[in-house]
Amino acid sequence: MRKSTKEKSSSSGNGLPKGEKQTKENGKTIERLQIMKTYKMYVGGAFPRSESGRYYSIDNDRLGTVNICLGSRKDFRNAVVAARKAFGSWQARTAYNRGQILYRIAEMLEGRQQQFREELLALGSTPKEAQQEVESVIDRIVYYAGWADKYQQVFSSVNPVAAPYFNFSSPEPTGVVSAVAPDRPGLLGLVSILLPVIVGGNTIIVLASQSQPTPAISFAEVLHTSDLPGGVVNIITGRTAELVGHFSTHMDVNAIIYGGSDKKELTAIEVNASANVKRVINLMHAAWDSKSCQGPYQIMDTQEMKTTWHPVGR
Amino acid sequence: MNFSIKDSPTIDSVGVAERVARLQSRSIKKESKVEGLKLVLSMIDLTTLEGKDTKGKVHQLCAKAMHLHDHYPELPHVAAVCVYPSMIREVRNVVNGSGIKVASVATAFPSGQTPTRLKISETKYAVKEGADEVDMVISRGRFLRGDYNFVFDEICAIKEVCKDVHLKVILETGELVTLDNVRIASDLAIAAGADFIKTSTGKVQPAATLPVTLVMLEAIRDHFYQTGEKVGMKPAGGISDAKLALQYLVMLRETLGEDWMNSELFRFGASRLANDVLMQLEKERTGVYQSLDYFSKD
Repeated sequence: MRKSTKEKSSSSGNGLPKGEKQTKENGKTIERLQIMKTYKMYVGGAFPRSESGRYYSIDNDRLGTVNICLGSRKDFRNAVVAARKAFGSWQARTAYNRGQILYRIAEMLEGRQQQFREELLALGSTPKEAQQEVESVIDRIVYYAGWADKYQQVFSSVNPVAAPYFNFSSPEPTGVVSAVAPDRPGLLGLVSILLPVIVGGNTIIVLASQSQPTPAISFAEVLHTSDLPGGVVNIITGRTAELVGHFSTHMDVNAIIYGGSDKKELTAIEVNASANVKRVINLMHAAWDSKSCQGPYQIMDTQEMKTTWHPVGR
Repeated sequence: MNFSIKDSPTIDSVGVAERVARLQSRSIKKESKVEGLKLVLSMIDLTTLEGKDTKGKVHQLCAKAMHLHDHYPELPHVAAVCVYPSMIREVRNVVNGSGIKVASVATAFPSGQTPTRLKISETKYAVKEGADEVDMVISRGRFLRGDYNFVFDEICAIKEVCKDVHLKVILETGELVTLDNVRIASDLAIAAGADFIKTSTGKVQPAATLPVTLVMLEAIRDHFYQTGEKVGMKPAGGISDAKLALQYLVMLRETLGEDWMNSELFRFGASRLANDVLMQLEKERTGVYQSLDYFSKD
């Protein structure tokens, strides 16, 4: 998790990150202080710190030391409350409107590509990898924006029944979904998990990658400026091992998506999920950068089919 | 029964805010939390006061009052069910013999804007229908005009009709503007014979708040010191989560002591509070956070 800290030795002796602009004032050289970003979580449309006050640090060359909130079970609990509150109006929006909002997310991200690339570079991606990851994220958002008002028709059906009924089935959102994002890729993995969930009218609480949380939090800023109502997406940072139990036991969570890589964790999730028969969606071996991991079936993972029997005259 | 506004002390609102903040910083966990939550349940006046109330809705509320959450062993029942006068008989029929009291609002609730004689006849009706407790509202318009005698006489007149039926006097603190007014209204209602003083109707924002409750509790305390009589307290409206309810209990314990820690002298007027308390109790019992899906609707 921790990377080498060259910056500390190569900074100009006063603890400042290197490469700062220098300005002259009254003949004196003044180094400009870099403003460091505080990475906080995203819950209910706000950016709170962890209620526990704990954090962990990631050191890297480009951003210096970055402190990340170490989310607690209470942070998760608050996020579930926010997600439940947001669910009613989000699922009631028209599919077309959800598509528009997703497209808006892509628009916002397009203009901020550079920032996301930098964050990925700082976390050890090569320039090419970083560029590819950011572009894949944007393309994937546009992809799901397109599906927003189409998957219902594809998966709905009129069913033949031997009685005077008009019988039809159509998908409806499962509800509140919790998710564990894969450690890598930190941004593409997280986005690939949450897109099909929210496009289908669910709300989500997602635990960001432990080693690459910074782009996840910056992505929350993009969501925040994209007309996405607060509480639809909630991003928690912290340790998977500490939080996964609460993610899978909470009775007000209707489905859980696991993008991690620990079989024991997955088994524990499945056992815990049985208490309120949560759906468990296993994405342990997903090829995140491949087109195979996007599609309407991913939307259907967090949908329930409702069948209606409507009486008809003869 | 003597009342003069000169006897009511003025209220230091900064001091009240500080005291409230200090009381709010208490942390109650584990066994004490469970005991506290059970006490909260036993103090709830489960309330429905809507124009759209029907017999069915009232039956549902009574069923909830009697079967809060049967999976949980040895849970207390709520203190009372609180409804409009037209629903008293319904409640009476359902909760009879369960130990749950029947409370009714009266006196042109929530505004109180009718002549006193109509308020008296409405109260008579509620008593005749079998209410154990009557929640009346004071005439805030008259109070704010400084017509304290009118308000005092009105409460006395209603009290006379109530006889043994418990009278709760709603001050509607959200309309009284200042804490000084809250203190005067509390002293006035107590002097006029209120068995309980109650913050709000629930129809005006802000409803019950901790600062207002503290001022009212102190009025009750001062009255007790002077006369030895114990008057009850009922914060109502806006108390919807268990954590806040426990903070009210802390304030009660620290202001009036253990004698008031029962449903005879303290009530919560609430409709959603019960489910949140039940969810917290189940959380303590099972160790996992709960969902409203598994509790009865309120």
